[in-house]
Amino acid sequence: MNGTDILFYFLSALAIGSAVLVVISKNPVYSVLWLIVTFFAISGHYILMNAQFLGIVNLIVYAGAIMVLFLFVVMLMNLNADSEPQKNKWIMLAGTVAGGCLLLVLVAALKNAEVKGMGLEMKTGNIGLINDLGKALFTDYVVPFEISSILFLSAMVGAVVIGKK
Amino acid sequence: MPIERYIFLSITLFCIGIAGVLIRRNAIIVFMCIELMLNAVNLLLVAFSKMHYLKGSAANATAGIDGQLFVFFIMVVAAAEVSVGLAIIVMMYRNVHSVDINFLNRLKH
Repeated sequence: MNGTDILFYFLSALAIGSAVLVVISKNPVYSVLWLIVTFFAISGHYILMNAQFLGIVNLIVYAGAIMVLFLFVVMLMNLNADSEPQKNKWIMLAGTVAGGCLLLVLVAALKNAEVKGMGLEMKTGNIGLINDLGKALFTDYVVPFEISSILFLSAMVGAVVIGKK
Repeated sequence: MPIERYIFLSITLFCIGIAGVLIRRNAIIVFMCIELMLNAVNLLLVAFSKMHYLKGSAANATAGIDGQLFVFFIMVVAAAEVSVGLAIIVMMYRNVHSVDINFLNRLKH
């Protein structure tokens, strides 16, 4: 077990543990904070795979912008632990069992998939760097890139119109 | 590093997100679990892109770069989705004074 394996298992345990804590935290503010920890762990995975651009963008966009927006809304509504009063034990049990069954089925289906045993390149490689990604983004993918700016414009207009009423 | 580890990690994160959507009644937490599911898929896309690069980098120097660009576009769409979704949740909170999704079943009647 070398350093990459140790880092992989540490980041995986961090991601899964904090994802579970997102679901079971009573206070929504704690859920938001644990989700930020999950996003940091996923960014660590990206950097471990040398997808440096996506790692940084994940930190800036998700952990920075989106989660601040969530935290802002949670604090604006003044939600706390008893804002979710009815606790139906059977619904919680059914949800957990349904999620566990999906996990079981997916693991069993993909256990012997075609890609089994194929390696993936860790810590080296150029495709995750901003040089190659920028070249591909502004040549092959320039039309989707421009369309996404229209998407952002419409999302901004939509958010303002919905919030103004 | 074998690819199965990343497949199983992504499946686990995705299923935690599904269980969260089914368990929690708070609309904001449900929305956050959807973000968690999106991130699980992003992680798997990046892992497959690196796997494809290792396999095809001899013929094509940028093999597998499409996967990382898809992840970039998923992040773009998720940012737009969150801004509109949170605006809708705030509007519903102002109308109903609750974000409990059990109360938000007006369309059913």
